[in-house]
Amino acid sequence: MKRIISVIVENEHGVLARVVNMFAARGYNITSLTVAPVLNSEFSRMTIMSEGDPKIFEQIVKQLYKLIPVYKVIESDNFIQKEMAMVKFPLKEVKDNLADIDAIARCYNGKISNVNDKHIVVSVVDRPDRIDNFLKAMAIKYKNLEIVRSGVSVIER
Amino acid sequence: MRLTGAQIVIESLIKEGVKTVFGYPGGAIMNVYDEIYKQDKFKHILAKHEQGAVHMADGYARATGKVGVAMVTSGPGLTNAITGIATAYTDSIPMVVISGQVPTTAIGTDAFQEVDAVGVTRPVTKHNFLVKNVEDLAYIIKEAFYLARSGRPGPVHIDIPKDVTIAKTKFEYPEKVDLITYKPTYKGNKRAIKRAVEAIKRAKKPVFYIGGGSVLSGAYKLIREIVEYTKIPSVETLMARGVLRFDSPYLYGMVGMHGSFAANMAMNDADLIISLGARFDDRVTGKIDEFAKNADIIHIDIDPSQIGKVVETKYPIVGDVKLVLEEMMPILFDGIDTDRFKEWRDVLDRYQELYPLKYANSDEVIKPQWVIEKTGELAPEDVVISTDVGQHQMWTAQFYPFTYPKQFLTSGGLGTMGFGFPAAIGAKEGKKDKVVINFTGDGSIMMNIQETLVGYKYNLPVINIILNNNYLGMVRQWQTMFYDDRLSETDLADVQPDFVKLAESMGAVGYRVSKKEEFIEVLQKAFISDKVVFIDVQIDRREDVLPMVPPNSPLKNMLIFKEEK
Repeated sequence: MKRIISVIVENEHGVLARVVNMFAARGYNITSLTVAPVLNSEFSRMTIMSEGDPKIFEQIVKQLYKLIPVYKVIESDNFIQKEMAMVKFPLKEVKDNLADIDAIARCYNGKISNVNDKHIVVSVVDRPDRIDNFLKAMAIKYKNLEIVRSGVSVIER
Repeated sequence: MRLTGAQIVIESLIKEGVKTVFGYPGGAIMNVYDEIYKQDKFKHILAKHEQGAVHMADGYARATGKVGVAMVTSGPGLTNAITGIATAYTDSIPMVVISGQVPTTAIGTDAFQEVDAVGVTRPVTKHNFLVKNVEDLAYIIKEAFYLARSGRPGPVHIDIPKDVTIAKTKFEYPEKVDLITYKPTYKGNKRAIKRAVEAIKRAKKPVFYIGGGSVLSGAYKLIREIVEYTKIPSVETLMARGVLRFDSPYLYGMVGMHGSFAANMAMNDADLIISLGARFDDRVTGKIDEFAKNADIIHIDIDPSQIGKVVETKYPIVGDVKLVLEEMMPILFDGIDTDRFKEWRDVLDRYQELYPLKYANSDEVIKPQWVIEKTGELAPEDVVISTDVGQHQMWTAQFYPFTYPKQFLTSGGLGTMGFGFPAAIGAKEGKKDKVVINFTGDGSIMMNIQETLVGYKYNLPVINIILNNNYLGMVRQWQTMFYDDRLSETDLADVQPDFVKLAESMGAVGYRVSKKEEFIEVLQKAFISDKVVFIDVQIDRREDVLPMVPPNSPLKNMLIFKEEK
């Protein structure tokens, strides 16, 4: 089962390594991870998507709290989830379908971000499961895509 | 007052009331050692190997309850210390380890004697610090001591680059630390405590499962009082030996792989297990699916991550064992019917009678269990006992008559061979008035025997009793039981040193004994010796540690004893 936790940590030397090492040492998976400083504070927020049964999640949360620089671990079923993905299409693959691509991208809060003589780049922002669907659809229809995903970010409703 | 980083280290240690530092100098830590040379407020004990230094600090901490302090240099100094740090970490021992580091400008350049020290110690410390600015140093030292001794204790490592030890700043030692991200829960939740007490009063077959946390929190007087009053049967883990006196009628012995049959059946048959700072280690539970199938669990632990980690816990209580029991005692004593556990105790007494701890004594050969029992008879009651790891460790845990907590120093979690002797030296430094005995094996003792010179130089006369079977005995026992007696690399008969000469060459006294009378005579001499003593006791080679729960078997499937010959 996939779950997302949001972790507020003190910005100090090695804090990311501490968190990631804990996952590695105890055999927990990290599906995605995003980190950025919290404005005007000495904290950062990490958003970690992981997989495991509820018992493992309970341990993950406890083990995170056990790390000294961890201030708060937020677990919720009521997160707004957003992830960004960028897809680079070879222009020759899609030059006849630009309108289609643009229309689909809009369905996923996205647009064509860049076009040059070789590629077009589409960026979309949406829930991770919807991003999955979008990417699957694109990958079926078009070849030789380059895909970058940001990892999920969440905020409690 | 402007001081250099090196001076700040010294002044901070003095402010923390440190009396002894165990360590080993080297390039990156030289400035600090220069300041150690200039002061006379604390003693420095020079080990022969960094691992020895850290085990000494550990033994000192275990015996005194104070924070042990060790100091090493960068690179190999630090990596040599790792086993010692990990040993303390798994047993939650308060310790501060200070290491030198290459200058900040050289970090990351693969400089001479550079290693990513905080990277290496991260998984085996409660917390660690790399000091990048001398301005942070005093606060970090304060924080390190605070973290080491508060909450669930553990080792904390401070890595100090050489340029930071030279840089100067104004020195002010902080009065206190306040960490918004670290607030251990000491007092248990009142409602949870009340619910737990009700469960105890309702239970028919409760058992106190006493763990190392009971020693660390200093709860033993309370536990003794509660056990005496409620008459609830109790078992101890390896780490908790001595919390109850060995002769308490309510103590059914040690639980786990080499525990007593009665203790394991107490856990197996219980309807309520009350865990006091224990963590349901795999060596205690046996096969986890079969563990205590009919029992509800009350789990008192200061570390929330231990609760529910291994077993389902119906009554979790996060808090310090001592404070929780203080809260619990009056409501527990109020109207508890202690007769209701009589029948349960009778059952366990019967188990104890049927399958007591025992061994086949002999007049021809010395049995290791006899050595331990005899030592228990002859040694003063307040003796400090350490062990290495293996058969001798289990025999000591089974047969030594422990009378108080902090009496038994053993590497329980990590199982570190080579721990016992340096830990004994550290304990002796902290408890000079006590006799300190290290039970060891012919395998384990060789791992840190170089520290004999430390005992000689600093006049710390500890007694080593080598239960010598010329085997790596515990592995040999498993090979015999589970590998058709194929003794792969465990027979040491042809590669033993002459322990008597080895001892003498390092300023100690050595004896080799193979008869019971000799042992008694030599032990009496050892008690009054002012030198380190080695007693090389030639024991029955093929003696096994029994009873035994085979690995990954349920507790009730204990192998009891061999038929008497």
